[in-house]
Amino acid sequence: MGLALMLLIWLITLVSTYFFVAKTWWLPHGASAATNWIDGQFTLTFIIVGIVFLAAQLGLGYIVWRYRETPSSPPVKYSHGNTRLEIIWTTLTTILFIGLNLMGSSVWASQRYPFDPDPSAVQVEVTGMQFAWYFRYPGADGKYGKTSFKLMDPSAGGEAAVGLDTSDPASKDDVVTGTMYIPVNREVDLSLRSVDVIHDFFVPQLRFKQDAVPGLNIHMHFKPTEIGEYEIACAELCGLGHYKMHGVVHVVSQEDFDKWLAAREAEKQ
Amino acid sequence: MATPATVHSHAPQGFIRKYIFSLDHKVIGIQYFFLALTAVFVGMFLSLLMRIHLVAPTAVLPLVGEIKPENYLALLTMHGTIMVFFVLTTAPQGGFGNYVLPIQIGAPDMAFPVLNMLSFWTTFVGFIVIIAAFFVSGGAPLHGWTGYPPMSAVQSAGPGEGLGADLWITSIAIFCIASLMGALNFITTTLDLRAKGMTLMRMPLTVWSWFITAILGLLAFGVLLSAGILLLMDRNMGTSFFVPTSSFSGQMSWHKGGSPLLWQHLFWFFGHPEVYIAILPGMGVASQVLSTFSRKPIFGYKAMVYAMLSIGFFGFMVWGHHMFMSGMSPYSAFAFSILTMCIGVPSAIKTFNWLGTMWNGHIRFHTPMLYAIGFVSLFVSGGLSGPFLAQPVLDIQLHDTYFVVGHFHLIMGVAAIFGIFAATHYWFPKMFGRMMNETMGKIHFFITLAGTYAIFMPMHYLGMAGQTRRYSQFTEVAYQTKLLPLQMFMTYAAVITIAAQFLFLINLFWSMFKGPKASDNPWESTTLEWTTTTPPPHDNFGGKTPVVNHGPYEYGVPGAAKDYIMQTDPPDNKAH
Repeated sequence: MGLALMLLIWLITLVSTYFFVAKTWWLPHGASAATNWIDGQFTLTFIIVGIVFLAAQLGLGYIVWRYRETPSSPPVKYSHGNTRLEIIWTTLTTILFIGLNLMGSSVWASQRYPFDPDPSAVQVEVTGMQFAWYFRYPGADGKYGKTSFKLMDPSAGGEAAVGLDTSDPASKDDVVTGTMYIPVNREVDLSLRSVDVIHDFFVPQLRFKQDAVPGLNIHMHFKPTEIGEYEIACAELCGLGHYKMHGVVHVVSQEDFDKWLAAREAEKQ
Repeated sequence: MATPATVHSHAPQGFIRKYIFSLDHKVIGIQYFFLALTAVFVGMFLSLLMRIHLVAPTAVLPLVGEIKPENYLALLTMHGTIMVFFVLTTAPQGGFGNYVLPIQIGAPDMAFPVLNMLSFWTTFVGFIVIIAAFFVSGGAPLHGWTGYPPMSAVQSAGPGEGLGADLWITSIAIFCIASLMGALNFITTTLDLRAKGMTLMRMPLTVWSWFITAILGLLAFGVLLSAGILLLMDRNMGTSFFVPTSSFSGQMSWHKGGSPLLWQHLFWFFGHPEVYIAILPGMGVASQVLSTFSRKPIFGYKAMVYAMLSIGFFGFMVWGHHMFMSGMSPYSAFAFSILTMCIGVPSAIKTFNWLGTMWNGHIRFHTPMLYAIGFVSLFVSGGLSGPFLAQPVLDIQLHDTYFVVGHFHLIMGVAAIFGIFAATHYWFPKMFGRMMNETMGKIHFFITLAGTYAIFMPMHYLGMAGQTRRYSQFTEVAYQTKLLPLQMFMTYAAVITIAAQFLFLINLFWSMFKGPKASDNPWESTTLEWTTTTPPPHDNFGGKTPVVNHGPYEYGVPGAAKDYIMQTDPPDNKAH
């Protein structure tokens, strides 16, 4: 019985570890400036946790087999524990866990501070609603026009869906679209909001995730570093259409971005 | 110290007073156990439907029909709620805690027997109310077991958010009241009704775990109850605690000025301690069983007690780690993250000590021991994904993906359930007077251990690859569709594992009537429940009051007559 249990625990442990180490399924290819930091911290945590995982599970399997009761077993060692050992492993775990945590903190801060956005950043407002994403660009004046809940008409799509108040001068050059275009290698200053329930703007390849919460306007920034198309998946349960609330971020060159934005402005006039 | 013994010296004779509205903690414990058993099979059936739907979204199932996206979300909401409240909170604490705690401390009953009966029947009503949510117009709610507003607060947020959601909240509120009554009873009983010589540091670790769980429950369920009442008011009475100005499909709701994050803070202030409410009793049972079947004292008894106390203490300071992506102040993420890492330390201590207990022991592979060893393995696997999720920067990638689902299922789901399995096999002889079948138990153990790993380990891979949770199907997002083969594997594993659970059910009921008669102390254990007859008399010790002379885990004492010294053995036995 001890042998069977040891073999099962070892088998589970080694098979599980194999698929992690072989990276059969792993983080998707990253295409933003945060990738290196996030993936580096992930790998570091993975190595440390992996060693502990292997040691604990293989040790458990071994102990179970080694100390099974047999007719020839020597008498058990009567012991209530060992304070020195307890202190050693408590200290080690504390240093390990807290250390890992402090290392990760600077990366977290880099995505969120400073709150004042980089003035050269591209501004995009993301609005979530059941079950679509809308993207708004403030236009040449750099100011978003007013929106109003009373004017919202999701069935009309576009500007009407986010309730853009066309009587506000700042709204004249606002562009509202259903797909997101951003230029490569420039900071994006994102304002996230939602008009109904909580949604979450998750772009795995850009290493970006943030809830869009009704009543809040959440500022975030990130920098895409590779041209490409990246899928958005809503990551906060928002209703029966949650599974199909997806979209695409197009990361394009600065010229292509300018062209695209100019074409949208032209359509609007 | 008041004892309710005088009230209870005679067992009630009528069927209703004896088995239905009983004041006997043993009967109430068994009632809780069967309620949880019913709930776990309901919850498991729901998960089976979910697993099938995920890999075959358009399939028309016999009896059930086609599962639509809204049905899937209703299934996951009800699966989570039923499992967390009516299984993981009900079985270990209400069931085994009720049955065993008073006997293990040498008391004739709980401190407040009537309150105890009320707790059970209130829980029962809560269960009926939540099941009713399936059958009302619109069906069960879609908002997940976490019930985040505005979705849970506005009727037009989706089907099921009408009467179904009201019933869901009402059921949880009822459950909170029941748990508060139970918690008071457990705390008072542990503090006031211990037998002579049963000092705090001689209490079995199971008693410590139920006691600490009760304290957590007393502090946590009150907050959830208040939050639930506020949510009901937001839905039906014109308040706006949790909902700001918002518009649903172009229709403005009448709410204004509320904060969805307020709910999340209140919910997780309860929700995180709830994780420990589910797992602490499992830790207690694992300690008790590992020591008994290794024939060795528990390694570091005091460290185990302090570890559980600090897990309980830190458990109330980490709720914000559920909210790293929620839009709460990013400054607070630092604090919550460091405190969360701190909670890993006592958890690691416990693991070391379990391994230390088996080291140099004489391991006897009876079924309870197998489940306790499985518990340790699952606790390690489920716990070690914690340091990933506790770091906000990694949570960016992993939050609300299958990685989280794998993490909490391994640790608070399956590990806690293995604690319940260990407890069932360990105390069954005492509770029902017969032994369970060892062969069936062992087969069930091996299939369940391999099966649960096969279901939940791949979830970590899926989560890393970005598979979002709570999606009713993976047909719409291209990168997620590629992950379907792994989902298929998990569904097969789930079908096999679920089928194996009937082995446990058969073993349970067959043994209850046909199992070989159990002796008073079949496992050669040391704690007080094994000093009394099997099953124990109405007042637990047949009119006698036990006197405790030893610590709870005196196995393998050199020079002693047997390889174990019971807690009530005379003090001249070489031990302390």
